[in-house]
Amino acid sequence: MKTDKDVAIPGDLLSDQVDRAGDGTYVYEGKVYAQRYGIISDRDKISVISLRGKYIPAVGDIVIGKVVDFGFFSWNVDINSPYEAFLHVSEHPSRIELGEMQKHLRVGDLIITKVIKVDPTMKIDLTLNEDSRLNVIRDGRVVEITNTKLPRLIGRNGSMINMLKKECHCGIFVAQNGRVWVYGKNDEDIDLACRAVMKVEEEAHTSGLTDRIAVFLDEGGNQ
Amino acid sequence: MTNDVPDVFVKDGVRLDGRKIDELRPLKIEIGTLKRADGSCYLEMGNNKIMAAVYGPREMHPRHRQDPMRGVVRYRYNMAPFSVDDRKRPGPDRRSIEVSKVSRQALDPVIITEYYPRAVIDVFVEVLQADAGTRTASLNAASVALADAGIPMKGLVSSCAVGKVDDTLVLDLMKEEDNYGQADMPIAMVPSTGKITLLQMDGHMTREEFKDAIGMAISGCKQIHEMQRNALVEAAKEVTGDE
Repeated sequence: MKTDKDVAIPGDLLSDQVDRAGDGTYVYEGKVYAQRYGIISDRDKISVISLRGKYIPAVGDIVIGKVVDFGFFSWNVDINSPYEAFLHVSEHPSRIELGEMQKHLRVGDLIITKVIKVDPTMKIDLTLNEDSRLNVIRDGRVVEITNTKLPRLIGRNGSMINMLKKECHCGIFVAQNGRVWVYGKNDEDIDLACRAVMKVEEEAHTSGLTDRIAVFLDEGGNQ
Repeated sequence: MTNDVPDVFVKDGVRLDGRKIDELRPLKIEIGTLKRADGSCYLEMGNNKIMAAVYGPREMHPRHRQDPMRGVVRYRYNMAPFSVDDRKRPGPDRRSIEVSKVSRQALDPVIITEYYPRAVIDVFVEVLQADAGTRTASLNAASVALADAGIPMKGLVSSCAVGKVDDTLVLDLMKEEDNYGQADMPIAMVPSTGKITLLQMDGHMTREEFKDAIGMAISGCKQIHEMQRNALVEAAKEVTGDE
């Protein structure tokens, strides 16, 4: 049987402790099997952390979306998922009349938004209300990385992300759909932070990464 | 090129290409070859050269073909015009459509499509060089590409063919054995669950021969599964920088 940190492929037998089956596994005839290709995590639950995979929205997720279209009283928002999401005008803080939609949100705008509803057919509804983090993005840059690498970008107890924020003098907002908003006072800082984010993505699964990123930032991103 | 029918296919347990009757052709598997695809696999089985690409899950168009309860799997098997001796006219022909259909049916049961209502998982398989057993080689490549794409599955699908030449059952037919033999039986199975998801036959076999052939094919599929597994594990280790 496999152990923690081993590579699992779909169909690999992981355990016979059915009550410990976690994400990325399935149970069949009293045994736990891997359903994804990834790394086994054997903590209180046995799960398989996928190396690749699309972002699938869940209620409560904070995501960075891009407005791609609009119809009667709702905008279509691309959230980097196989599923497009909708933002109804009632979920926008301002009162909006028909025909005024473009005044408040235009095609191409980037927004920090929250998933409030996911129905069984995966129709996704978003909101801009009731959470001070939710807003239209007007400055800085948004970088997109594979969403499976986000935990590495944050680091244990936020170690990686806090280091990036401190060394680059930037604000960094990590959304759950693999998009990262980087904002700051000057362009060089933002640029360095973005390049560091992309470097973390490329080398996400290697060891000693936090130190190497620290060196990268020290040298002003020259390598 | 003229192809003369060989007089003898198996002599003293050795086949035309030097293999034993239950020996697979060499298999080579490369993962992640296509950077733009969500998952990909380049595979060689004997002289077959196969390129498989997976896109998805992604939004399904046309909308009327969406399934509100689960994702849809689409499989396109295609032979490149230069893959065979006599140029194959580009585009789907009846055989390609048939191979696409049975292959899709071989993968459908293992992919956990309930996670992706209204979405589609597209599998494209191009045969770049053909040498008997392209549908089995294609399925092997497609399985690995699906894993590479992070698609949740109950297990990998492994596939090979068993045939009959000179009244002898042989594993993994090559071109001459396929063209001039007495039977050809491609099979696909899921080694982790033991279920068979593709079974076709062309030719004549007795009931006994059929039972033996299934046994031989299952053993071949299990060997292929080990190689698919090793390739995936090696590729993951490269990413994680282990060992």
